[in-house]
Amino acid sequence: MNDIIISVSELTKRFGNFTAVDRISFDVRRGEIFGFLGANGAGKTTAMRMLCGLSYPSSGNGVVAGYDVLTEGEKIKRHIGYMSQRFSLYNDLTVGENMRLFAGIYGLSRKQTEQRISELLMQLNFSSERNTLVSSLPLGWKQKLSFAIASIHKPEVIFLDEPTGGVDPVTRRQFWEMIYEAAEKGTTIFVTTHYMDEAEYCSRVSIMVDGKIRALDTPSRLKQQFSAKSMDEVFRTLARGAERGM
Amino acid sequence: MKNAFGSFAKKESLHILRDKRTMLVVMLIPVILMVLFGFAISTEVNNINVAVVAGERTDGVRDAVERLSQNEYFTFKGYITPNNIDPWMRSGKVDAVAVFDSDFDKRIAQSAAGLPTKPVVQLIVDASNVNTAASATAYLQSVILGSASPQTMFETRMLFNPQMKSAYNFVPGIMGLIFILVCALMTSVSIVREKEMGTMEVLLVSPVSPSKIIFAKMIPYFAISCIVLITVLLLARYLLEIPMSGGIGGIFSLSLLYILLSLSLGLLVSTIATTQMAALLISAMVMMMPILMLSGMLFPIENLPKFFQVVSNIIPARWYIDAVRKMMIQGLPIAAVWKNYAILMGMTVAILGVSLKKFNDKLE
Amino acid sequence: MNAIEVHNLSKSYGKLHALTDVSFSVETGELFGIIGPDGAGKTTLFRLLTTLINPDSGSAIVDNCDIAKDYLSIRSRVGYMPGRFSLYPDLTVEENLKFFASLFGTTLDASFDLIAPIYKQIAPFSSRRAGKLSGGMKQKLALSCALIHRPKVLFLDEPTTGVDAVSRSEFWDMLSNLKNHNITILVSTPYMDEASRCNRIALCNEGRILGIDTPDEIMRSFDKQLYGIKSSNMYSLLERARKVEGVEDCYPFGERHHLLAGPSFDIQMFTAQLNDIRDLDIVRVEPTIEDMFIKLMKQ
Repeated sequence: MNDIIISVSELTKRFGNFTAVDRISFDVRRGEIFGFLGANGAGKTTAMRMLCGLSYPSSGNGVVAGYDVLTEGEKIKRHIGYMSQRFSLYNDLTVGENMRLFAGIYGLSRKQTEQRISELLMQLNFSSERNTLVSSLPLGWKQKLSFAIASIHKPEVIFLDEPTGGVDPVTRRQFWEMIYEAAEKGTTIFVTTHYMDEAEYCSRVSIMVDGKIRALDTPSRLKQQFSAKSMDEVFRTLARGAERGM
Repeated sequence: MKNAFGSFAKKESLHILRDKRTMLVVMLIPVILMVLFGFAISTEVNNINVAVVAGERTDGVRDAVERLSQNEYFTFKGYITPNNIDPWMRSGKVDAVAVFDSDFDKRIAQSAAGLPTKPVVQLIVDASNVNTAASATAYLQSVILGSASPQTMFETRMLFNPQMKSAYNFVPGIMGLIFILVCALMTSVSIVREKEMGTMEVLLVSPVSPSKIIFAKMIPYFAISCIVLITVLLLARYLLEIPMSGGIGGIFSLSLLYILLSLSLGLLVSTIATTQMAALLISAMVMMMPILMLSGMLFPIENLPKFFQVVSNIIPARWYIDAVRKMMIQGLPIAAVWKNYAILMGMTVAILGVSLKKFNDKLE
Repeated sequence: MNAIEVHNLSKSYGKLHALTDVSFSVETGELFGIIGPDGAGKTTLFRLLTTLINPDSGSAIVDNCDIAKDYLSIRSRVGYMPGRFSLYPDLTVEENLKFFASLFGTTLDASFDLIAPIYKQIAPFSSRRAGKLSGGMKQKLALSCALIHRPKVLFLDEPTTGVDAVSRSEFWDMLSNLKNHNITILVSTPYMDEASRCNRIALCNEGRILGIDTPDEIMRSFDKQLYGIKSSNMYSLLERARKVEGVEDCYPFGERHHLLAGPSFDIQMFTAQLNDIRDLDIVRVEPTIEDMFIKLMKQ
C-alpha cells in the first residue's frame, strides 16, 4: 500500500490574470493530520476545491487517494469525506435520516447502511438520538454528527473546512479528540482552521500566503525555524507580508 | 433628514441599475407580453380563406364577393360547386364557404321594399379552432351582408372592435399584471433582501424613521413603473394600433394610482415574508394567479362561478383592468369609471395603512 | 459613570432561553468583551441593547436612555455592526460610506478624523464594490460605517469571526485606538485569546454569564494547579493521563495537553505511572482565559 495519500506538484489555478493558487507542491502521508493554514484570500479554499475534485487546476498535477485531480474528479469524490463549517446537515431531518441520506449518496447497500449507522451511533454514544431532529441538537453534537457523516463511507481522506468555527472550547476539544481517534485508525485528515492552537494538534502544517506555500513542517520545527513561541507567532510572521486580503 | 431620503433613493436606484439582468427582464417583459398577446397568441380573424357557392352570380352575390376580396382579413378563393365544398374544406384549401340562395337578389330587393322576407346565406365554417371560428363567422356575416340589407337575418353587430382583435382585450390585462410584477414583486424582494443580508438591522438602528426608508425604497420602482407604463402605452397605440379614443390622460392617472397600490402590496408582502424566496412565492402565487384567473383578464367575470365572482371584487386588478378597457377600447372618459377609481383609491389607502402599521421598527 | 447598565435581562424564543437573567454594567470609555461560543446569547444581547428586539423581562440603560422607553434616541447615539456582513455588496466602498453618512445626517468629512486611521487602509479600493473585498477589508469598511456618526457607544457583534489571525489582531489594534476618543465599546467574540485585549470581559455560555472581571483578575481566580504535558504520541498520552489518580481533567491545548490537578495529584506519582512514555515532558503552566472558560463550563 502506498504511504503517500495526497501528492500535489506545481498545482496552479488562474482566474483570468489572477493566480489564486501558485504552483503549490506537497505530500500528505496516510494517517496524518495535515493542517492547511492561510490568511483570508490566500487561496486555501481554491486549493481545497481542486483536491476534492470540485474544480479543475489550470496546470500542475495532483493525486488524491490514488486518483488524478485532472481526470478522475468523480472517483475522488467517492473516496473522500468532506465537512464544511455548517450546512452539511439537514436540520429538518432526523439524525438517522441524515445518515441514511449520505449513505445513499455514497452508494452504500442497505445492509451496509444499517450496519454503518448503528456503528457510528454507538461510537458517538448517540443511539438514543437516532430519531431526534437535527435542528434540536446542540451545536457541538451537530459538529460531531457532521464528522461522523463525512466518514460514513469509510473514506481514506477527510477534508475539514474550518470545522470548529464558533464552537465552545469544550466541544471544540471533544471534536479534536474525534479527529485524533480517526487519524489513529489510519484515516488521513486534511483540515483548515483559524484557531492557531488547533494548528498545534496537527502532525504537519502548511501555511499559504498569496497563493504560495511559504512554510511546511511539524509545528515544533516551524516554531524553531521562525524562533517563535507559538504557531500564532509563526503565522503572523508569515502572513504579515501578505499583499492580498489586507 | 431630507438628505438621508435623497441618498436612500439614490442608493436604491444604484442597486437596480447594477443588477443589469433583472433590469433587462423588467424592461423586456412588457414588450414581450405585448407582442406575444398582440400577435402570436391570437383568437382573431386573420387570413381566412373563403369560397363562394352561388347558383347565379347575381349583382348581390358579386357585391358580397367584392366586399370579401377587399377585406384584409379574408381571402376570396373563387366560386366553387356544391360538390366541392366538402373536399375543399377537408383539404384545408378554404376555412369557410358562403352558400348563396338563388333568390338572394330577389330577397334583398323584397326586404329593401319593406316586405318581411330576408336574404339567406348559409355559412359553412371550419370550427376546429372554436374561438377563431366564432369570430370569423360573426365577422363574415357582417362583411357579406354589408350595408346592402338594413334588415338582415343576423342581428349581431360588433361594436368597438369589429375585427375582434384579441390584443384589445389583452392590453389592459397585461398592464394589470405587469405593474404587480414590477412594483409588488420587486419592492417586496428588495426589502426582504435587506432583512436577509443584515443591512436592515443597521438601517433600523439609525435615526431615520422606517416610513422614510420605505418611501425612499419605493421611488425608483415608481420611476421604473412609469417608464414601463409609457412603453406599454406607446406599444399599444403604435404597434397594436389601439385607438384610445377616451383620452390618454385618464388611462395615465388611473395607472399611476394602480402603481401606487401595487407598491403598497409589495410593502405588505415584505412585512410578512422573511426570506426572498417567500416574498417571491407570495407575490407570484397569491397575487399573480388571481389576476390571471379572476380579474377578467383571461376569462370574463360573468362566466365565473358565483363564488369567484364575489371573490373577484377584492382583486384590485379587476377594477383596474375593467376601467382601462372602458377608457382604452370603448373610448369612455375618466368620469365614466369614477367608481373603479374610487375603489382603487380606497384599496390603496387601506393596504398602505395596514402595511405601514405592520412594518415594525423592531426585528420581531 | 456607566455607559451601559443591564439589569436582569431575559429573552426567550419559544422553548429556547436565549438570555437568562443577565446583569452587568460598562463604564464610559471602556472596551468590554462578551466572550462566548455560538449559542451563548451574544447576538440576542446586542439586539436587545440596540433596541432591535424587546426583552421578556428586565431592563437596560444605554447612554442614559432606557432601551424600552427611549429606543429612538438610543438609535441615533449608538453605532452597530451586526455579526453578518452588513454592507451593500453591489455598492462601492465609497458609496457605502456616503450612504451611511447621510443615513445619520452627517458627512464623511465631519467624522474623518475618527475613521481616518481605519479608512486610509481601504481608501485605495474606494471604487471597488464592497462584495469584492476580502474578509479583513470588509470588517474595516463595516467599522468605518458604524463609526461615521461619532457614536457614543459602539456595538460590535463578532467582528472578527471568520477573519484570519493577522487581520484579527489589526482589528483589535484599531479598537484600542478608538478608546482615545472616549467611545464605549461592547464587543463580542468566540475567540478566547482575544479576551486579553479588553478592559473587562464577561464569559458567557448558553444565555448566562459565567463570570465578569478584568482578564487578569479572572485568571488570578483560577484556584487549581495547571500542568502542561507532551510526548510524541499526544493522543495516547491524553487517554493515559486521564486515568491517573488525582487528574481532574486533561484536554488538548495547543502543543501541550493541559492537566488540571486535583487535591490528591502528585507529580512524582504521575511520572512514575507513565514511566513507559520515554519522552514525557511535564511543566507547570499559567492558566489562560480558555482554561477558565473550560473549568466554568464543566462546573
